[in-house]
Amino acid sequence: MAQHKINYLQNGGAPIALTTIDKIVNFGRSNSLWPLTYGLACCAIEMMATGASRYDFDRFGTIFRASPRQADVIIIAGTLTKKHAEFMRRLYDQMPDPKWVISMGSCANTGGMFNTYATVQGADRIVPVDIYLPGCAPRPETLQYALMMLQKKIRKESIFRSIKKKRLV
Amino acid sequence: MRKYTPKDDVQRKSYYDDRFFVAPQVPRQKIEEDEVFENDIHNLDTYVEVLESYLENGHLVIYINPSDNKKTMLYLRDYLEYDFLMELSAIDYIATRGGFEIFYEMLSTSKRKRIRLKCFIKEKETIESVESIFKMANWSEREMFDMYGVKIINHHNMKRILMPDDWYDYPLRKTYPLHGDEVANWYEVDKIFGKENRDLIGPEERDPAAVDRYDTTRFSRLGHEVPFGVDITDGKEPAHTPLAYQEEGGVKLFGVKLIKDLDEKKSVTLKKKR
Repeated sequence: MAQHKINYLQNGGAPIALTTIDKIVNFGRSNSLWPLTYGLACCAIEMMATGASRYDFDRFGTIFRASPRQADVIIIAGTLTKKHAEFMRRLYDQMPDPKWVISMGSCANTGGMFNTYATVQGADRIVPVDIYLPGCAPRPETLQYALMMLQKKIRKESIFRSIKKKRLV
Repeated sequence: MRKYTPKDDVQRKSYYDDRFFVAPQVPRQKIEEDEVFENDIHNLDTYVEVLESYLENGHLVIYINPSDNKKTMLYLRDYLEYDFLMELSAIDYIATRGGFEIFYEMLSTSKRKRIRLKCFIKEKETIESVESIFKMANWSEREMFDMYGVKIINHHNMKRILMPDDWYDYPLRKTYPLHGDEVANWYEVDKIFGKENRDLIGPEERDPAAVDRYDTTRFSRLGHEVPFGVDITDGKEPAHTPLAYQEEGGVKLFGVKLIKDLDEKKSVTLKKKR
């Protein structure tokens, strides 16, 4: 315990921390990422496991929200079929900015083993993706890691810079 | 020595094909071997025209005229106790015979017998729905229409069941390519972004072994890490890619460093696994 003890009085005796606006905003954004409750296939089972008590997404401030209007992140967990692509894009459009996308698993990344007529060959054909998470299906630890990488990415972003135009319209 | 053959695209063609392959065929038995079936076919023959019938794997297979399908099924259900329609679908014979073979798998729970009712229709012909006899046929017939394009009449909700309503063509026909035709390839792009944006999105990558070493946003090489998104198409790679395994600048809380900065020079690879 001793090595983590915080000495509030070490900076000139005042409990004040100085920071930049970027850092404080990104601190808030990255530590309360609310993903959309949205599962497409077996990856969704792993996503649920990640949210449940053993892996516990809540300790990252990550709480699944049932409405795209309240969500910051959409985790595309599973096979995205061509029939569903339209609805997936609509959900993404309904999310308020700033928003991020995690493409979870082989199917969402590239179509995976479904090299067929009915499957979208990579979710990045529909929405701009921030984190590609490999695996079939990725274990909960990997999804945790993907979320931590996303947090890291967010912490690097500047809040004043206009949102960079992604590849898609 | 054996002649060298390049094996770059060995996965593109089948490695081995059997010149002496003969498609397996199930032996057909005479109906006389089973007296229940013999009795059934005798009764049915008086009611509808039976084109052909035989026993196969303990199933009775009956060929009828497609116009008789509803009549036959009613008779089988009400008089011969085949009370269960297990499965129905079509088989694509367009190339060889110019039409579809429709089959209905039926089960009698009282007699413990299974029969297969078959009929052949031409590609453009219609077939009567059996949904009014067996509720199960509702979705199966929709699937049959969705996948093969078999026209079914007197069905209360005849539309596609699996594919989107505006899908072009019927995917389970033998002529349909596995990777989809042009409409299928661009389906989601056309629908979401419009046809004019096809060039912006680009064609689908259908080669599962595709690797682009110059694409640093999608591919990374182990042991030769290049920073994300750096342009290396001219062959010039950055001399050194810094390690970034943790938060830049360590982790601080109120000015106190909880985790120290990563010093790349001091980081070592462990000789032995712990």
